[in-house]
Amino acid sequence: MKKIIGLLCIIISFLSCIDEKDCCVNFEPVNVTLKFTQNWDGVPLTSADFNDFKFTTQNGESISINRLRYLLSNISIGNTIKDYHLINSEESFGSEIILEQIPQGSTFLKFTFGFADLDNTDGIYQDLNSVSFNVPAMLGGGYHYMQFDGKYKNNSNQDANFNYHTIRAVNKTDSTNLIFQDTSFEVHLGIIEIKDDTSIEIKMNIAEWFKNPNTWNLNELNSVLMPNFEAQKMMSANGTSVFSLGEIN
Amino acid sequence: MKNTFFFFFFFFLLTNCTSKEEDIYTPIPYNLEIPTLFANKLIAPVIPANNPLTEEGVALGKKLFFDKILSGDETQSCASCHNPQKAFTDNQQFSDGIDGFLGTRNAMPLFNLAWNFDERFAWDGKEFSLENQALEPITNPVEMHANWTIIAEKLRQHSEYPTLFIQAFGTSKIDSTLVTKAIAQFERTLISGNSKFDQYLKGETILTPEEENGFNVFMDEAKGDCFHCHGSNNNPIWSDNKFHNNGLDATFVDIGLGAVTGDPSDNGKFKSPSIRNLAFTAPYMHDGRFATLEEVINHYSEGLQPSSTIDPLMKKVNQGGVDLSTQEKADLKAFLLSLSDFDFINNQNFQK
Repeated sequence: MKKIIGLLCIIISFLSCIDEKDCCVNFEPVNVTLKFTQNWDGVPLTSADFNDFKFTTQNGESISINRLRYLLSNISIGNTIKDYHLINSEESFGSEIILEQIPQGSTFLKFTFGFADLDNTDGIYQDLNSVSFNVPAMLGGGYHYMQFDGKYKNNSNQDANFNYHTIRAVNKTDSTNLIFQDTSFEVHLGIIEIKDDTSIEIKMNIAEWFKNPNTWNLNELNSVLMPNFEAQKMMSANGTSVFSLGEIN
Repeated sequence: MKNTFFFFFFFFLLTNCTSKEEDIYTPIPYNLEIPTLFANKLIAPVIPANNPLTEEGVALGKKLFFDKILSGDETQSCASCHNPQKAFTDNQQFSDGIDGFLGTRNAMPLFNLAWNFDERFAWDGKEFSLENQALEPITNPVEMHANWTIIAEKLRQHSEYPTLFIQAFGTSKIDSTLVTKAIAQFERTLISGNSKFDQYLKGETILTPEEENGFNVFMDEAKGDCFHCHGSNNNPIWSDNKFHNNGLDATFVDIGLGAVTGDPSDNGKFKSPSIRNLAFTAPYMHDGRFATLEEVINHYSEGLQPSSTIDPLMKKVNQGGVDLSTQEKADLKAFLLSLSDFDFINNQNFQK
């Protein structure tokens, strides 16, 4: 009798273990890879696409892309936050980061394009200083959000340069009283299911910088945009539709 | 008897081992004195794990740098074209080699090389790492025109070098790899970080109104817009160490980076040099075409030449450039000269 009870106990314990495994979420944290890609209205941008007049803006200007560097900050998957990350598309630098120790399950993904004012302190990030991503003190200092350089065919069909540089907007009308406006913006990419070795693509549609809500005319706004208060606000507005969630594997 | 024999045998082995200096000498780590501004603003300098700086390695590198034994006929050293008094360049448009032939590029100044984070050296970036860079001029027919096998043999037969190599690298097996490692160690100690402008940034001095205005011209996107390629108060290397076509020519005699990468979109691109120590490094540009700073500034102000690969950061190309006023040009020059580091060119550690 004792033996039978003992055997039953063992069987019950065993079944209980199986049930436990089937019923519960595995909370073991995992690594998550974020992949930053760029495209032009859905056509992927590769290094072979640089320095060539391959794209046409909403306003009809043919452009070539020569340099594209942009900064994302406070990249958050749930409570896990990467403070900032610079992507250099031309040099394929920073196209991936791995965030470690992310709990499995459903959680949100969001980031800030550029630095919010609180984080945009002049000269404090050694790695960004080392790649000359700074903003001059006369414009309030801090860092670029994006440095996007290229060429366009102007109204005379000549090659002309553009420097679509986004920074914190500054109104210099009164040079003794600079007025700043934080033109960084948060991007929410929704709820994502995190499991082991999840890879998440964060897409930038470059065409959107010239499109929505402000149709960008490069013949009018091409360079010296950093000190242009109104241009900075317009670029910020256009940026809000630039990023989207890509493939999740 | 057996015991006595073994005793002597092991004693002999032991003394034989200890007599080899290379087995016991440990070089002393070199304390690289990094300027405060660099330490505060920049990431750590590049020191390869397989070539750490040591007192002995740096001293050996310095001796080699100034030694004419490295040239084919022993008439030139590295310092022949890289003179410490000229911020380690010469004042020639093109330098002549041991056979009297002229090169086709201006000798680059040497300082703050450990902060070239991409490690691409020379005007066209053809050399990856300082060690590799040091290999090339020694055998180049229009430069030192030597043969590494012969140099290594000369150094092995030299009265001092074998010991110095043992002390620096633990071996007397001298070859091009160790020679260039030693030279690279010395070159990494060539730090320039004490110009008047550095002192201004540290609060130790003030600028003249002309220098201050010149700095503003440098930093103003609507004026000089120099900072996008040439650093800033936050990047005291004063170069991005990248490659740009800065509008020198509409068509290219020398295609620069394009010859290295094979990519036509790189044609006409050359490294942006640091703007430190310009007082000592004339003439300017990769081909030394400009004799004075005024000519350089005029180029960016009015002289830009359009081409398919001109950098988009070159503003108003179709108008010739950024069109600075006479006063702005003078002030910009005053600022540039405030980056002259007299302590660097007179540093006794860097002289022969």
